Amino acid sequence: MNDIKVTKELIEAHGLTEEEYERIIKILGRELSYTELGIFTVMWSEHCSYKSSKVHLKRFSTESPWVIQGPGENAGVVDIGDGLAAVFKMESHNHPSFIEPYQGAATGVGGILRDIFTMGARPVASLNSLRFGLLEKARHKYLFNGVVSGIAGYGNCIGVPTVGGEIYFNDTYNGNILVNVFNIGIAKKDRIFKGKASGIGNPVIYVGSKTGRDGIHGASLLASHEFDEKSEEMRPTVQVGDPFTEKLLLEACLELMDKDLIVGIQDMGAAGLTSSTSEMAGRAGTGIEIELSLVPTREAGMTPYELMLSESQERMLIVAKKGKEKEVEDIFKKWDLEAVVIGKVTKDGILRVKDRGAIVAEIPAKALSEEGPAYNRPMKRPDYQDEIQRLDLSKILLPGDYNDVLLRILGSPTIASKEWVYEQYDHMVRTNTVILPGSDAGVIRVKGTDKALAITVNCNSRYCFLDTFLGGALTVAEAARNIVCSGGKPLAITDCLNFGNPEKPEVMWQFSEAIDGIREACSKLKTPVVSGNVSFYNETTDKGIYPTPIIGMTGIIDDVKKTMTQWFKREGDMIVLLGKNEEDLGGSEYLYIIHGLEKGSPPSLDLNREVMIQQVCLQAIKQGLINSAHDCSEGGLAVALTECCISGKESIGAEIDIEGEGIRTDALLFGESASRILVSVKENNLEDLRRMAEAKDVPISVIGKVWGDRLKIQLTVHGSRFTAIDLKIRDLEDQWRGSIRRYVGDV
Amino acid sequence: MIKAKVYVTLKKAVLDPQGKTIKQALEHLGFKGIEDIRLGKYMEIAFNGKSEAQAESDIKEMCEKLLANTVIEDYRFEIEKGE
Amino acid sequence: MFGIVIFPGSNCDHDCYHVLKHVFHQDVEFVWHKEENIDKRFRVIILPGGFSYGDYLRTGAIARFSPVMKAVERFAKDGGIVLGICNGFQILLEAGLLPGVMIRNKNIKFICKDIYVRVEKTDTPFTKECKTGQTLRLPIAHAEGNYYADPDTLKSLEKNKQIVFRYTTKDGEITEEANPNGAKDNIAGICNREGNIIGMMPHPERCSEAILGNEDGRFIFKSLIKTIIF
Repeated sequence: MNDIKVTKELIEAHGLTEEEYERIIKILGRELSYTELGIFTVMWSEHCSYKSSKVHLKRFSTESPWVIQGPGENAGVVDIGDGLAAVFKMESHNHPSFIEPYQGAATGVGGILRDIFTMGARPVASLNSLRFGLLEKARHKYLFNGVVSGIAGYGNCIGVPTVGGEIYFNDTYNGNILVNVFNIGIAKKDRIFKGKASGIGNPVIYVGSKTGRDGIHGASLLASHEFDEKSEEMRPTVQVGDPFTEKLLLEACLELMDKDLIVGIQDMGAAGLTSSTSEMAGRAGTGIEIELSLVPTREAGMTPYELMLSESQERMLIVAKKGKEKEVEDIFKKWDLEAVVIGKVTKDGILRVKDRGAIVAEIPAKALSEEGPAYNRPMKRPDYQDEIQRLDLSKILLPGDYNDVLLRILGSPTIASKEWVYEQYDHMVRTNTVILPGSDAGVIRVKGTDKALAITVNCNSRYCFLDTFLGGALTVAEAARNIVCSGGKPLAITDCLNFGNPEKPEVMWQFSEAIDGIREACSKLKTPVVSGNVSFYNETTDKGIYPTPIIGMTGIIDDVKKTMTQWFKREGDMIVLLGKNEEDLGGSEYLYIIHGLEKGSPPSLDLNREVMIQQVCLQAIKQGLINSAHDCSEGGLAVALTECCISGKESIGAEIDIEGEGIRTDALLFGESASRILVSVKENNLEDLRRMAEAKDVPISVIGKVWGDRLKIQLTVHGSRFTAIDLKIRDLEDQWRGSIRRYVGDV
Repeated sequence: MIKAKVYVTLKKAVLDPQGKTIKQALEHLGFKGIEDIRLGKYMEIAFNGKSEAQAESDIKEMCEKLLANTVIEDYRFEIEKGE
Repeated sequence: MFGIVIFPGSNCDHDCYHVLKHVFHQDVEFVWHKEENIDKRFRVIILPGGFSYGDYLRTGAIARFSPVMKAVERFAKDGGIVLGICNGFQILLEAGLLPGVMIRNKNIKFICKDIYVRVEKTDTPFTKECKTGQTLRLPIAHAEGNYYADPDTLKSLEKNKQIVFRYTTKDGEITEEANPNGAKDNIAGICNREGNIIGMMPHPERCSEAILGNEDGRFIFKSLIKTIIF
């Protein structure tokens, strides 16, 4: 092991703490080589080891009868019947996307797709959850445009539809945008593949693109440190995605998995060869020995350190059955890809790396993959917490013109139609997209069955900032409501937890609160956590983002014909509100856009009532009682009603009449009380729906009917009746549909 | 009039998927001895009323700010004096 | 028997297969791009949509050199029916089996949405179930669908009645707004003089089932099936 000498400075430059270094020495019983230093650094980085989050993530409930695979593998797996399973996960690619938006987002899509197809599933749909600074700033227009193009560029080329998602714009993301990508695939239930290196003597095979010097210390370091001026120097760590090669890799891997040739497979994602070898051996309790001179390279003269740490994209590591090497090679050759045996599975539990016969690293695999450090970092409730929750409504003046308020909210990019975005995504390829983007959830039929999957991603980070526990719970509740409004029964979640610097006690407190909020809602809604990802250090020059725990949820629709959409269908249908309006203005989009305030407590959440409302809605859909269902969330009742009128193929008006019950007018129209669903129903089904709701103690009120070409909302507040909103549907639609196009200057 | 020719290519260490695929296609067609192909962008910029020195510093700034993303791309340019 | 060619990077191959096999219950097989011959059993060959060779360099430019393309040319010469959808259309253009080229959409971006086309020609194996002037709602999904040909070529396309589909409004009016990508003369699909090779940008395989909310694509497949049965 004669390479660069490991000095104190070098250890420090790698970001290892003194204790961590001492632990390594204790594990090895000797000094470590330069290559080993690199290996330990990436495996023990925040990104790969989850060292700050592990102790908290354990609190999640991860089991239920339909869970086939919980966290710890490349992706989570749930049983969907008919001998099939849904495989899904979400991941972040925040830091690379901030530096190079197109390629950062593109390689993010590539990474999550590999996580799905390594499990033996064919990816069938993607979603994404994006956060940017305000579009008034040229920089954020550029980032927004670049990220959307990158997602389109990769997803469209590989032929996996992007069927929905969500985008928020807020100053908190000025220095750190978020790019979280979700993918779901379908596999045969009894043909799920895992990242395990079992079977002593089995060959270890490298497949896919050649290895270059790209991304060395990319994910592991970029995602484990804050941004500062030095980020400029880290630049070459961003990679270029190659969706064409990944398409070949996808087809070759699925063809391979159809035959009985392999025992384990894993994506070479963050920390490439290092993480795939040590994790596969670690999970199986075996060792792996590889010879680096056999690794296909793109550049000459790469050192063992570089080869082990390279994060070149579109590569996989396979453990095949002994004697099947030739058959594996032939399949990859058919798809013009390389497959090279670079080592074998050993029984001693050691990751042994050789370079032309000489050992350059020799480390117990489990020490890397499982025995990394775990910190119970100090936590502290932020001092500002009380102040931001304080909201004196008496100081907030009622607006004079509610028409104007509604139009302004509809035009804000967070609320406005994302048509400009999803028209750039191929959302129809694979011909499974039953509900096109723009409804509460994406719906994908499962060919060969009567079923469909409903998928959604969600998070209101303003709620999470104001009250992290409640925000976490509300996020899960809204995700489930979105699934239910599409006719699905929620099954399980994946998460992508985006936070600031975990070494700050306030950030760690937020993280812990979010976990508890998510956990509570998940247990009530019976949606276990099956996979996930943590992204810390979303900070720039000491300023962290709002806590943004994004939830991706999957639900099942038993009869694809009973799929529901959010828009009104028929003139004369009655408009019914399930749930209750309260005076909830805290953390609302209205306060932010109209009054410039991000204050107050988020809407309260009664999880028992939430469960009941969702049950009523789902039952009504299954029995064919209702014609539309829409979750009422950001922008409140007025925005939800507008969306019901204008988000479908044919717009239609509505006449609304609401009894205020002493609630302020602005809160009635734009407040964001939780657990509310707007449905439209044929008049003669109304009584059945009412009985159904009353049986479960769910508040139900008829608030108007689908009619005409205007949205007219009349209110009765303190005994006097007046028209608060009266606008032409066409004007509402122009404002809502055209807003983002106007912001990005594409008109 | 001053004319500039700007070339933008991916950095040497960065994977060039297009170059790689084109190389393979040419090899399938029977062309031999191709060591490497790098694809790039070529731009011509014509200036009016600018000195050569001004044009040069402008182009440099344009490349740094917009024409190239120096995270993954290199650029070079030539300046020509026209009639 | 229908054949669907798989090029490296094709991604609508399975969609075409699904529609023919499971919706129309036809005999259908995949044809690998390295095949040098097309079996006599095949009556129709489909070049599906996708990103053959990643669309790197130019769309269709590399795929057109696949061994199977020589066989497709012979197949067409012998009277076989060839349908190129989206990327398949682009490959047919690069291969010179249809005239013209595709350039970047006028707004530079990839566009995925439903548009309307007007059927200009019904005496083809692809459109015999349509009425002249009928409009179809079909989805497009491409970044390079902006059809370009020089004025002489356009004139001869017109003269020889080779224009099969044009982008129009729902009511069949040719307008600039109805043209999603800037194509010359709103051209969405053309055929060769003999009428047995057609290229079209919209995707009929994406709209041939009620559950997907649109069945206008069925006209194309029904036409093809009628052609090979009789």
